[in-house]
Amino acid sequence: MRCGVVVFPGSNCDHDVYHILKHVLGQEVTFLWHGEDSLRGSELVVLPGGFSYGDYLRAGAMAALSPIMAAVRRHAEAGGLVLGICNGFQMLLESGLLPGAMRRNRNLLFECRDVFLRVERDDLPFTRGYRKGQVLRMPIAHAEGNYIHHADQLESLEEAGRVVFRYVSPEGEVAAEDAAPNELGELWNVNGSINAIAGICNEEGNIMGMMPHPERCAEEILGNVDGLALFSSAVGALEVTA
Amino acid sequence: MSSEPKVDLEMAKAHGLSDEEYSRICELLGRDPSFTELGITSSLWSEHCSYKSSKIYLEEFPTQGEHVLHGPGENAGVVDIGNGWVAVFKMESHNHPSFIEPYQGAATGVGGILRDVFTMGARPIACMDSLRFGEVSAPRMKHLIAGVVRGIGDYGNCVGIPTVGGETGFHRGYNGNILVNAFALGLARRERIFTSRASGLGNPLLYVGSRTGRDGIHGATMASESFGEDSEAKRPTVQVGDPFTEKTLIEACLNIMRTDAVVAIQDMGAAGLTSTSFEMAGKGDMGIRLDLDKVPLREPGLSAYEIMLSESQERMLILAKQGRQDEVAAVFHRWGLEVAEIGEVTGDGIARIYHHGEEKAAMPIGPLSSNAPIYRRPVAVPKDLAQRQQAPEVPDADDLAGSLKRLLDTPEMGSKSWIWHQYDHSVRTNTMVGPGGDAAVLLLKGTPAGLGLVSDVNPVYCGLDPYTGGAQAVAEAVRNLACVGAEPVGLTDCLNFGNPERPEISWQFRECVRGMSEACRSLEVPVISGNVSFYNETGDQSIPPTPTVAMVGLIPDVANVARSHFVAEGDRVVLLGNTHADFGGSAYLRLLYDIEQGRPPSVELSREVQLAELLRYLTFEGWLHTAHDLSEGGLGIALAESCFTAASKGPTLGVGVEVDMPPTWLFSESQGRAIIAVPPEHLDSVLSEAETMNVPAVEIGGVGGQELVVRCDGSVLRAPVDELHRIWATALPRALDL
Repeated sequence: MRCGVVVFPGSNCDHDVYHILKHVLGQEVTFLWHGEDSLRGSELVVLPGGFSYGDYLRAGAMAALSPIMAAVRRHAEAGGLVLGICNGFQMLLESGLLPGAMRRNRNLLFECRDVFLRVERDDLPFTRGYRKGQVLRMPIAHAEGNYIHHADQLESLEEAGRVVFRYVSPEGEVAAEDAAPNELGELWNVNGSINAIAGICNEEGNIMGMMPHPERCAEEILGNVDGLALFSSAVGALEVTA
Repeated sequence: MSSEPKVDLEMAKAHGLSDEEYSRICELLGRDPSFTELGITSSLWSEHCSYKSSKIYLEEFPTQGEHVLHGPGENAGVVDIGNGWVAVFKMESHNHPSFIEPYQGAATGVGGILRDVFTMGARPIACMDSLRFGEVSAPRMKHLIAGVVRGIGDYGNCVGIPTVGGETGFHRGYNGNILVNAFALGLARRERIFTSRASGLGNPLLYVGSRTGRDGIHGATMASESFGEDSEAKRPTVQVGDPFTEKTLIEACLNIMRTDAVVAIQDMGAAGLTSTSFEMAGKGDMGIRLDLDKVPLREPGLSAYEIMLSESQERMLILAKQGRQDEVAAVFHRWGLEVAEIGEVTGDGIARIYHHGEEKAAMPIGPLSSNAPIYRRPVAVPKDLAQRQQAPEVPDADDLAGSLKRLLDTPEMGSKSWIWHQYDHSVRTNTMVGPGGDAAVLLLKGTPAGLGLVSDVNPVYCGLDPYTGGAQAVAEAVRNLACVGAEPVGLTDCLNFGNPERPEISWQFRECVRGMSEACRSLEVPVISGNVSFYNETGDQSIPPTPTVAMVGLIPDVANVARSHFVAEGDRVVLLGNTHADFGGSAYLRLLYDIEQGRPPSVELSREVQLAELLRYLTFEGWLHTAHDLSEGGLGIALAESCFTAASKGPTLGVGVEVDMPPTWLFSESQGRAIIAVPPEHLDSVLSEAETMNVPAVEIGGVGGQELVVRCDGSVLRAPVDELHRIWATALPRALDL
């Protein structure tokens, strides 16, 4: 599959995504520059993590106005695959391609640690390699990942089954946004996201945004391959991992 | 030069120059310096830039080795790591600014060290930080801790370079002067290394990056003074960081360095444009002409003096090939960065600096640097040393489990995860072992090899015996690297001391360097870069001598790297090395009884060599599941730590051992020791290999269960791992009232 990874000034997970798609999954991958207005034939577009434009305004707010985002929008509206990871998820929210917004993490700190995710949808192009209810371990690395949405719209989001991943305990229990830390001082829902939302999709399921970093856990040597199936699903290369 | 204040001796003194140094510059110029020239001289001859009090000792360091391509003298050292790749690394202090303004001070420390690395043409791939704070209860300390950690995190996270390791210590000796030592490592192809040596008459000097403002003026001079009561007033001398600009600067610089349009490149660090331009020209025996009217300014009205001495961040000076300016500019513009041609290289060896149509400075570059003062400061053994070195009374540990828990419950020994969870340590997907282990392990993608990274120093040992403390820092770093199977290729250091004009401080410095040098020679680790930070004092209270060592090692095959915690039930546990009653400067005496007394444990370098070779060999053979070095807190702490995984969500495993030693010795800090956990089928091979390599090795027990159990001489230490883990994991946040 032809994949495009968008490079904004300040993107810093662009190479990591490129590495997984290209070297681990053997796909055709190209970097797309934020100032361009063409996706150059990419079938899967990834908006990677990082600090686009420094994120000195709200995270992703500036990037949402980049020329390339118009092309991403056209691609998405035509049913093309768009995956936003971390800063990329924030851009999808800021550009209105996905609903909701991000606040600072509950403890106001940047948090880089492994979290546990429960798979809520296994029928999306991105999640066919998982089973519904499966618990994944994945790293997060962000300061603004505290997802929030209007109560009524949140309800319709839930009803439409558009929550793809939720923060859970290692045993798979959903971690409430206001749960107290355990005796080790840990929170399973580190950032305090409403309904423990870690990732959502659009109604058609071709746009997905998530805060955790699947590209950081997709190689055996790093001790965790829970993220690999997401990319192999997306590029239609499930047989690679089978 | 009429618009500038008139310079006299009094003004020179206010700039930190001595009488003698002032006469020296007058003599060198054949006249009184202008105001701008005085500023330039005081910066270049400051301790921070000139190393005038340390140079004679630093020459003792071994700087050559089979891997070394560039030793000290460049922006960062360069070592060959095989497959056509080189590692470029350095560590630098940002102590003074961080004490005044912790967030920006620490952030710009990270920014500065990254620039030192990518200036060489290397892509930065990892950072570490060695931090020393005072007691958490000291005034401002919680604010300093939170600010420093957030500053390091915000900068490193934004530029997307993982912070993979480091160390954090707490001691009342840092109540009035904390330490922030930042390390960065980059990778480059061997043939693509850049230096800062100017050449080519008429080649244009291009200024790229952020605009110049008034921040950081005289930062280098500030770092060459002790703190007095007015340190708060020095806040304007602290620079302000912009990690986004740094990130785009990294990409643009690495981009342009892939062409041949660039002759030399240098970042503007301490003493800003002054040291950058003078160093570049000096190294190439050239002159420079600078037109300061062309320097992009953040606000109008800066004087020549201010422009030359500003330490505004995220700025670089590029010497381009004549006629290639547009090519360079196009790359920087693509990344949204400003470019200005501000001068050229000349052939007369003189720095001529123009502003508003006037020549503000005309200084011979070579003589200014070759005539920089060098001092052999008087040394004296501290008067109270003999008394402090007297052997301490060591209270028996009657309640072994209680002593262990109390140790684990200190910020010093507790988990530092509250700190490193604020650092992105997994971006770039090379981090095989991140913070919390003996050493960080980074993959070298496309090869089976990896790098081990570690930083070490024990300031308490250094305070009690600087020679031994210096040697111990090097030996422990080698041991930590050996635990991940890494063979050292080089070290960089950050030598943090008090005021060298005080004889006992110069003595501490001399002795630490002597100890480090001897250990480096025995363990065959060259010093390839480093930094000296003097004047770490408030009033006349100096910090403990703190020669921080950061070491890098090469792991031939990362597939066999052992972990620092237990991984498999049934593994046999082996103690390597000999244990004696070593309690001088120990964590046991200091943290439980407030005694800082005695001689630190002696470092037997030949034993350290053997131990490191054994650990590397056992790793290479793939016989080790676990390897963990014994350091502060001794065997008791090492066993407990091995029961906890670095990732707090992992399973914990207990261990049961029996050792033949007095119970209190569980907390002895004898050097040259490690514990390993070995699958039973490899135990015989491991023990026989240890015997062959002359390393004492005793099988002391096995991994399993949910308790830590240690039997020694009839006493038993027994504690549930979960409880120990909880104490250890929450000690630091609890101490910080979080």
